[in-house]
Amino acid sequence: MNLSEIIKILEATVIVQPDTEDFNIQRACSADLMSDVLYYHAPDSLLITGLTQLSVIRTAEIVGIRAIAFVFNKTPDAQIIEFAQKKKIPLLSTRFCMYTAAGKLYEAGLTGC
Amino acid sequence: MKLSDIVNKLSLDVKTYKDGLQHAVTGAYVSDLLSDVMANSKEGHIWITLQAHINIVAVASMKDLAGIIIIGGRQVPEEVLKKADEEEITVMTTPLSAFEIAGRLYQLLT
Amino acid sequence: MSLNIKETIDGSFQLVGADFTHAGEASTQLKQKLAELGVPDGIVRRVAIATFEAEMNAIIYAAAGWLHYCITPQSITIQVVDMGPGIENIELAMQEGYSTAPDWAREMGWGAGMGLPNMKRNSDIFKIDSVVGEGTTVEMIINFP
Ligand SMILES: Nc1ncnc2c1ncn2[C@@H]1O[C@H](COP(=O)(O)OP(=O)(O)OP(=O)(O)O)[C@@H](O)[C@H]1O
Ligand SMILES: [Mg+2]
Repeated sequence: MNLSEIIKILEATVIVQPDTEDFNIQRACSADLMSDVLYYHAPDSLLITGLTQLSVIRTAEIVGIRAIAFVFNKTPDAQIIEFAQKKKIPLLSTRFCMYTAAGKLYEAGLTGC
Repeated sequence: MKLSDIVNKLSLDVKTYKDGLQHAVTGAYVSDLLSDVMANSKEGHIWITLQAHINIVAVASMKDLAGIIIIGGRQVPEEVLKKADEEEITVMTTPLSAFEIAGRLYQLLT
Repeated sequence: MSLNIKETIDGSFQLVGADFTHAGEASTQLKQKLAELGVPDGIVRRVAIATFEAEMNAIIYAAAGWLHYCITPQSITIQVVDMGPGIENIELAMQEGYSTAPDWAREMGWGAGMGLPNMKRNSDIFKIDSVVGEGTTVEMIINFP
């Protein structure tokens, strides 16, 4: 699924833009605990999370997660946004909770990790 | 929808308080942060989490949740199961990920 | 790309307890270095995950620590030594889901009790040594193809 479709489904605000139009994601993972992501991750997936700390971006970088969606309209601090920009990890912010975000994306065809 | 229907349709493994299966489920909440669940979950929600920490029982009890689904095939410690039975909280497990089980539940409930 | 490691490369990073701004820096730098040396992606990722978990434990549980690495043409050895409280029951700590992480760490996304299992799973050789009141040392070796 193209990231633009994910953005549409999540009615998301884009905090960090992807650097290419051709940005495809097949799987997603919803979690707040980083070791969970480090354990069950799939590379090239979307992470849906309620945390906006720097370690979330670090975790994404380490396991090769391609994009992150923050729930409840959360937005990380400016330095963290800058860090994600540098690491080329698009950041989205959706008003939905993790359950609804996962539900809508699952319905649209994304699979779990 | 009754919790028992959800258990059947999602093949959940019921670990504690089977009487709770008669309860009605109003929705679900996915989170691994106890404070977040305290603040944002609603009565009758099923809570989906990887956390098998003892405090999940108290949170579910205080918020009158319909049950807890522990994901990823995680082993739930004995003390947590014992406490859940005492507090009349239905704990269920699934080998699926949070995303997958939330997605399937969402399709059942909407 | 073939491995471009001619001789032993080693180095260290200092870890500071509760320093979440720099937490993960050692692991990401090491990841970059291995990628530059032509180590395959899958192996680089395993090293990064194992190192990141060890680094985070030192930062969460200890006041200070060191991360040492040694890269040879055959493998990488990562050693994380901390001056922390030590672990009383290592067998218990190694269990998936076991965690004594403080509330503040949980609110930051740590405390799944998957760190040590993650380190073990991603290493070819995993050793842990701990003395209560003195500190913990984790040593991980990951082989190159
Ligand atoms: N370096 C350390 N110093 C002292 N105690 C430690 C150290 N590393 C691990 N422990 C103990 O072992 C437990 C399990 O560690 P592990 O890394 O597996 O999980 P965690 O840190 O609690 O959570 P996670 O790593 O999943 O975020 C910790 O909760 C802690 O009690
Ligand atoms: Mg840990």
